[in-house]
Amino acid sequence: MLYAILCYNSEEVVESWSKEKDDAVMVQLGAVQERLARQGKLGPVARLMPTTAATTLRKGREAVVIDGPFAETKEQLLGFYVVDCASLEEALDIARDLAVANPGLGAYEIRPLRLFHPGGNVSL
Amino acid sequence: MSDLGWIDLALTSARPQAVAALLRYFRNLDTAEEAFQNACLRALQTWPQNGPPRAPTAWLIFVGRNAALDAARRQSKQQPLPPEELLSDLDDAEEAIAERLDGAHYRDDVLRLLFICCHPDLPATQQIALALRIVCGLTVAEIACAFLVKDSAMEQRITRAKARIAEADVPFEAPDAIARSERLASVAAMIYLIFNEGYSATGGEVPLRAPLCEEAIRLARLLLGLFPSEPEIMGLLALMRLQHSRATARLDAQGAIVLLEDQDRSLWNRAMIDEGLALLDKAIRHRRPGAYQIQAAIAAMHARAARPENTDWAEIDALYAGLETLQPSPIVTLNRAVVVNKLRGPEAALSMIEPLAAQLDGYFYFHGTKGALLMQSGRNEEARVAFDRAIALAHTTAEAAHIRQHLDRLMAEGAASAKAAK
Repeated sequence: MLYAILCYNSEEVVESWSKEKDDAVMVQLGAVQERLARQGKLGPVARLMPTTAATTLRKGREAVVIDGPFAETKEQLLGFYVVDCASLEEALDIARDLAVANPGLGAYEIRPLRLFHPGGNVSL
Repeated sequence: MSDLGWIDLALTSARPQAVAALLRYFRNLDTAEEAFQNACLRALQTWPQNGPPRAPTAWLIFVGRNAALDAARRQSKQQPLPPEELLSDLDDAEEAIAERLDGAHYRDDVLRLLFICCHPDLPATQQIALALRIVCGLTVAEIACAFLVKDSAMEQRITRAKARIAEADVPFEAPDAIARSERLASVAAMIYLIFNEGYSATGGEVPLRAPLCEEAIRLARLLLGLFPSEPEIMGLLALMRLQHSRATARLDAQGAIVLLEDQDRSLWNRAMIDEGLALLDKAIRHRRPGAYQIQAAIAAMHARAARPENTDWAEIDALYAGLETLQPSPIVTLNRAVVVNKLRGPEAALSMIEPLAAQLDGYFYFHGTKGALLMQSGRNEEARVAFDRAIALAHTTAEAAHIRQHLDRLMAEGAASAKAAK
């Protein structure tokens, strides 16, 4: 079974870490990732940019673009894509295509990645 | 970090919202600050055993407010409580406060708190000091250190600023759309002032003053979180991220200034650049250009160039032209002249800055730039005069040392050509 492990924390606190502290945490996490990679258990790893960099496409009769992260608590995270785009507009266009393919309720939050390791030694 | 470091970070990040809400309850900066201090003390006593509450900010507001009310009741003989209608929502439980923390109410609270700090009656240095003390929660000693003044002088500056605000008329009603956007603009300007205070540091001052840049970035992030659809706030945060990304490259080991073109671009912080570019991309979608967005776009042009020779100077010139229209200022024209020099040579740039001489006569960068342009076009004698003037106006030893290098080069060239003439 493949599992996704989603990371939650207070953004304000993490953003106010000093560079030394941030680097140290990344080194500690890197050691765990290396071990998992050696065991053939590691898929893609990503670190997201802060929510201030996020844009949300809210589905509905007509999809609406809203600045900022997805903020509703009545809906749950059901999946995610990683796409390589030249601009935010291109990423929004992809999200619009998804909204057309799966119309109705819900939203797509578009958040740039700060860090991405494709991994890839997991057999999907 | 100590074991209790997480509490410090939680208290610091809760501070703006908590102090802002307490200020709305008590309508007095000192009472609000004191209430927050009391709540922090309680947090330090109880959180280590009980763990953090589910909603730390709401907890701090709730506890701070009750502590201040208790204190007011104890002193009620000397000092009457605020009128009942002001205290009407004081019965809310902590959960109710937590639920409403995301609401527009609190958004305007934080904006008001920031706006108070940039009250037009306060000179810029007092505005910055007050914001760092009250909103960011830096200690007086930390702020004094960043401003390179004695603790007592900074204490006095902050006390004076607070006294002026107490006298001034602070509007507590919710602002309408126009007032809100005016407040946002003043607050953005103050945040950028804080950033520039830190950014202008050179030499041994850097470790002392760099935290100012980080505080400014934190404040802009807070503001953008509260007003997520404001392209100029996105632009401001983007601009500061892009400029700060060059922090380690812009000074050499001796603390001397390294010009943009000479910087080791591998030292630029990629994560900061990427975030700045992403924010700028977001801002541009709104098609409501503003000064911060354009300046961020200029910084982005440099960030995108892997090598100095890849810089798209024509595009940067077009951006400066836009900035000149939007926010005409001799400084902007001076900066544009540097770009024009790249495109059309020093004579074109010199004719552009000539009309600025009267306005910018007391400005270090004007004479430094003028000297460099004159030197480039071989007018060495005039260049020497401009550099001499620049040195006299230099604020830091790094600035003076940078001009000194040019003068030394002129001297060497002069000696070489004199020798050649013989």
